[in-house]
Amino acid sequence: MSAPLLGVGGDEYQNNITLLSSPTSLESVCQNGSELKERNYMGLSDCSSVDSSAKSSTSDYSCCGLNLKATELRLGPPGSLSLGRGLECCPESSTAIDEKLLFPLHPLKALVTGNKRVFSDAMNGTSEGKHVSASEVDTMLSPRPSLKPSVKASKEVSAAHQTKVKEAVYKAAVLEMPHAPTESRPGHIAATNNDASAPATKAQVVGWPPVRQFRKNNLTTTSKNNDEVDGKASNGASFVKVSMDGAPYLRKVDLITYSAYQGLSSALEKMFSCFTIGQYGSHGAPGAEMMNESKLKDLLNGSEYVLTYEDKDGDWMLVGDVPWEMFIDTCKRLRIMKSSDAIGLAPRAVQKNQGKK
Amino acid sequence: MAYSFPEEVLEHVFSFLSSDRDRNAVSLVCKSWYDIERWCRRRIFVGNCYAVSPEIVIRRFPELRAVEMKGKPHFADFNLVPEGWGAYAYPWIAAMAEAYPFLEEIKLKRMVVTDESLELISKSYKNFKVLVLTSCEGFTTDGLASIAANCRHLRELDLRESEVEDLSGHWLSHFPDSCTSLVSLNMSCLGSEVSFSALERLVARSPNLRTLRLNRAVPLERLANLIRRAPQLVELGTGAYSAEIRSDTFSNLADAFSACKQLKTLSGFWDVVPSYLPAMYSVCSGITSLNLSYAAIPSSDLVKLINQCQNLQRLWVLDYIEDSGLDALAASCKGLQELRVFPSDPFGAEPNVPLTEQGLVSVSEGCPKLESVLYFCRQMSNAALIAIAKNRPNFIRFRLCIIDPQAPDYLTLEPLDTGFGAIVENCKELRRLSMTGLLTDRVFKYIGSHAKKLEMLSVAFAGDSDLGLHHVLSGCDSLRKLEIRDCPFGDKALLANAAKLETMRSLWMSSCFVSFGACKLLAQKMPRLNVEVIDERGPPESRPEGCSVERVYVYRTVDSRQRLDRPDFVWTLDEDSSLRYS
Repeated sequence: MSAPLLGVGGDEYQNNITLLSSPTSLESVCQNGSELKERNYMGLSDCSSVDSSAKSSTSDYSCCGLNLKATELRLGPPGSLSLGRGLECCPESSTAIDEKLLFPLHPLKALVTGNKRVFSDAMNGTSEGKHVSASEVDTMLSPRPSLKPSVKASKEVSAAHQTKVKEAVYKAAVLEMPHAPTESRPGHIAATNNDASAPATKAQVVGWPPVRQFRKNNLTTTSKNNDEVDGKASNGASFVKVSMDGAPYLRKVDLITYSAYQGLSSALEKMFSCFTIGQYGSHGAPGAEMMNESKLKDLLNGSEYVLTYEDKDGDWMLVGDVPWEMFIDTCKRLRIMKSSDAIGLAPRAVQKNQGKK
Repeated sequence: MAYSFPEEVLEHVFSFLSSDRDRNAVSLVCKSWYDIERWCRRRIFVGNCYAVSPEIVIRRFPELRAVEMKGKPHFADFNLVPEGWGAYAYPWIAAMAEAYPFLEEIKLKRMVVTDESLELISKSYKNFKVLVLTSCEGFTTDGLASIAANCRHLRELDLRESEVEDLSGHWLSHFPDSCTSLVSLNMSCLGSEVSFSALERLVARSPNLRTLRLNRAVPLERLANLIRRAPQLVELGTGAYSAEIRSDTFSNLADAFSACKQLKTLSGFWDVVPSYLPAMYSVCSGITSLNLSYAAIPSSDLVKLINQCQNLQRLWVLDYIEDSGLDALAASCKGLQELRVFPSDPFGAEPNVPLTEQGLVSVSEGCPKLESVLYFCRQMSNAALIAIAKNRPNFIRFRLCIIDPQAPDYLTLEPLDTGFGAIVENCKELRRLSMTGLLTDRVFKYIGSHAKKLEMLSVAFAGDSDLGLHHVLSGCDSLRKLEIRDCPFGDKALLANAAKLETMRSLWMSSCFVSFGACKLLAQKMPRLNVEVIDERGPPESRPEGCSVERVYVYRTVDSRQRLDRPDFVWTLDEDSSLRYS
């Protein structure tokens, strides 16, 4: 392999770390670092004066004023788009948005020309925020919902709560100032800050490994033939479709992520509450009872809807009659149906069984 | 001069142009050529069903005979797109039913197709011939029954890997006795048993049948009879390939196979009993494509089979083949062009078979024509990737999936940047790349610098900062599709390269750091892009603007209206940045 490719790595990191502390030598930055240069595809932006030299080749690291571009991008009225604000001179702003922008866990690779003051100021701006938010990290679950199956349960945590987690972790990670790229990985962020079992849960990340459901389903039965594995396939997911009478489209849930009927039922309440709430109006008002599970819970536990499932034999049964483990093995799909339609199904044992669990 | 050639002459000339690109070029020459071309275009391919509306298509091309369309983004295959997102075929089918009574072909991929749509197809087009549904869902076997019953001239019914609600196998019996036009039948994704006698009769009365892909429910004992009725088959997908070991079953099967002189492709092979594999040996020398990706066959039996298939060009197999099997492949199949190795135990943390990066290195060394690879393994090294790149500069598709998505070079514990860098630097014709492993911004710099022909890039759990994304968007001149999950890419790179997005089909980013504010800004600046925020946590306005969205899907579109079929977790952003949701 040619030397340049191999040699670049270490140096780059060094140069950029020094850049932070002494924001003086533009040239060194430009030569070794790579930075964001807007590509003038449509002739829309007029930074031709700055761009022309950069256009010749991508490996020509001439500095280009990202911030000039960023200024152009800002079309909204000032204040409404704090992105623009963050990129300009607002050293003291420590709003969540600016800090998010300043996210690069990796020290700024010369994102600047002439405005690098902004970035270092902004970086300083974050340092105030850092300490405050770092403490929040310890109390949170992993901010990457897809990495932990248990975080699916954390959807019960309010949305705002989850946001804070993400931002808190970013800030904390910036604090780390990693010199090894490992720590800046999203998955590893969780590990660094939470001592959470992020590595152990990788097997259950949504959609990972990227094997199509079709193939996974076929494998389950193949591997069952070859080696008995706890009776349950090592298949990491078990998606079933959930439909609700009257809802315009159906959803899918992964049964394996729930440990009992309660978890499943809450998740379904969340997913489908919007359809029933629609009947109550106020669907779109911000901060309104979009996720008013209690109303749906009432509906479900009351007599208006029942949760049913289709088993391997094609029969429709009421959910809750069999032990949970057996249920997830045998359930092919779910349906939230109106009680009036559920006449003739197995005797109503739902509440009784939920009590048992 | 346009007027010196009668239209008919120009039309005739244009009829020799089959590629969309050529046709598009022709239509740009002058108004008159635009007009002539649009009236004589018969086939159209729409890469993203939301990039254009049925009305626009119908208005421009009034005489189409074949429509091919794709719906959901690729990551929908891995459950990253919530159910109910969209890609409904019905509006298209309904509009085309009015406009194109002579439509003959519909090919859909990753779209939601209902029984209603299928029934409409079966009743609206008198000359309907070809229906291909790849990775589609939303329909049942009742819909198939309508197609079977009503499409008198049906040639192809291909349900590749679609999710069909299997109510019964009875649909197959709806093919009328008068239907003798079948050329291709692929029912491999279905579960239920069809009537074997109906199937045999159908096969027997279809002299043009070239492709027959059975489903798992067709037992091995039935296979011989079916094949015997169709010795002209070119592509065969078996059902379950297992039976009690009986010599008469075996010889029956072997005889039937030996009559199939044209057989080129084999697939199916569920539940394989290896002792029955030799029944196929008589056809193996002609086989160019072998799909054993559902077959749990031990390596030694696989090797015996592969050694028979000297002319193999494409092999899909499970990792049961092991490194040793791949060595044998490299030695026997010098014409191999495509290899896909799938994981037999994708969720196990520990390797269950001795398949490593070595297998891929061997194949890259031994097979000079190898150009397309999809490889799942549990370890990789820069050295291996560099070797592979040097061996095979002719790769056009390189997709590597390491089960642990952030695995470093297992020898040096370094990131795999230099390895993938070697791939893009050496393989100058590379059009598609998927990467996994520990990867920093550096690998994206290499990609931006070298991967000039790259059209599709898939990235997961990689990169350190926005710079990574920026390198790709600013450097990859041919990029059409970019899909990213769980990477620390955010607003800066996206906004700095907003104009690039209009030159691409689509961009997917999930679990990254793109803020809602940036999405709004992007939508504002680029009116010809649809910026969809797909977020199941409720309205984005209920969270701070700097908060990351769960998923954002950006695609260019000439349809200026917002999607009308959005579910409640999809927010699209208008030019004036006002939020629209259902």
